[in-house]
Amino acid sequence: MDPFLLEALVNGILLGGVFALPVLGLNLVFGVVDVVWLCYAELVMVGMYAVWFFYSQMGWPLPLAFAVCIGLVAVLGVLLHLLVVRPLLTQPPINQVLATGGVLFVLQGVATLIFSTEFRALGVDMPPMEVGEVFVSGTKLAAFCAALLGAGALWAFLKFTYVGTAIRAIARDREVMPLMGVDPQRIYLIASAIGGALAGLAACLLIVQLDVHPFVGLSFGPITFMICVMGGLGNMLGGFLAAFLMGLIISVGGFWGTTELSYVVAFAFFIVVMFIRPQGLFAR
Amino acid sequence: MEQASLSIDAVHAGYGDFQALFGVSLRVDPGEAVGVVGPNGAGKTTLLRVISGLIRPRSGNVRFAGQDLAKVPAHTLPALGIAHVPENRRLFPHLTVEENLRVGAFTAAARPHFEARRDHVYTLFPRMKERRHQLAGTMSGGEQQMCAIGRALMSGPKILLLDEPSAGLAPLVVQQVFDLVRRIRQEGLTVLIVEQNVAQVLRVVDRAYVLETGRVAAEGASAALAADPVIRRSYLGGH
Repeated sequence: MDPFLLEALVNGILLGGVFALPVLGLNLVFGVVDVVWLCYAELVMVGMYAVWFFYSQMGWPLPLAFAVCIGLVAVLGVLLHLLVVRPLLTQPPINQVLATGGVLFVLQGVATLIFSTEFRALGVDMPPMEVGEVFVSGTKLAAFCAALLGAGALWAFLKFTYVGTAIRAIARDREVMPLMGVDPQRIYLIASAIGGALAGLAACLLIVQLDVHPFVGLSFGPITFMICVMGGLGNMLGGFLAAFLMGLIISVGGFWGTTELSYVVAFAFFIVVMFIRPQGLFAR
Repeated sequence: MEQASLSIDAVHAGYGDFQALFGVSLRVDPGEAVGVVGPNGAGKTTLLRVISGLIRPRSGNVRFAGQDLAKVPAHTLPALGIAHVPENRRLFPHLTVEENLRVGAFTAAARPHFEARRDHVYTLFPRMKERRHQLAGTMSGGEQQMCAIGRALMSGPKILLLDEPSAGLAPLVVQQVFDLVRRIRQEGLTVLIVEQNVAQVLRVVDRAYVLETGRVAAEGASAALAADPVIRRSYLGGH
């Protein structure tokens, strides 16, 4: 096989791994709370600034900056739920979407006020690695492995713990949960914290590949939502698979054309999927 | 013994403009099996939903083990010893049988007993053990009913509320479900069972209440009710 095509395939899979985390986080929150966090990519943006600030400005060790970032965005997810989502839970969905959309602009505005619109780079890079005939960015490979670990930890949590099982149950039947001794409000909070933590982890993996600026969310937010819808909103496994599919389309599209064109192809593919399977590619 | 009894006193309840219960009173003593029978729309399901806190009474009292249930959130009732098998079973169809049981053991008090109770449920229903890794939604109606009862037993209840356990099941399966209720009773569990299948339920319970349009129309020992000419004519197809 053409080594450059092979490289494009490998990069597509690596890219898919990074898309997967925010897709899982969004799907988790949507599946449990039934609210779309329109400001999800901006939570990631805040996390990216957090890592940059603690590592580059405060001189903290990178692992500590990562850990604080994940915790911080988890707390942000809880606050988002308590202050914005919970008061609107009985409102029509459009109000909830508009409210979290408002938070999107607030976060962009606050980030601009504090950090200005300048691009901030972390300036850490790992040497590329040669696997067979293919050169792979060490940073991307490390980010991919971390993303898989995060996704695996989430899967194990949902599969093997009481709270995780209740999270999967509540996604299907909310009303019956009190009969099981489950307080739905508590499960919403836990899901919001985990959704935030996944955004935080995604931020750690993106900041090493991407400069952060207040509008960085626009570069991966729309595609994240698109992947969620394509995999079937609320369907974790579907979203996970769709993330890799989209990563491959973008990467291989860039191999045959340009990166800009590859995004056009990806969106076109999305629209075609919506015509053929409006319920999502992997919906049962 | 007085402590673990359930008493409902003059309960009025409903949904929005619709009132389903008009001053219903009933009592279930520890170790008893009590039935609530009556036609569709008599308020039987509403009654169970009031007991387990899914809807609040407009007036009247619901007390269990000396506690006023109207004052505590619904999700704390399983920890008090109340387990409710809802109408239509309401299993989680996309979870396996064993995962459904795990959700039933969610409360902090129930978790340490998960394995022992699960094994007990599996001895009560060997079919559940065979199907423990199967998705609950793929099982037959009778198996789903067994699984729903098993899920309720996982919280280690003092009283089991059963809402129409025979609904939608073939006669032979109905028989199996009632046999099971009988066995659960023999283990000392208190049971309150709501049913349209009057003939069957009167064979399982000690006493029963007849609910008609939200009011208790009759009550008494099962044998007495089964012999009552009015009940026989209305509910048992007798003459």
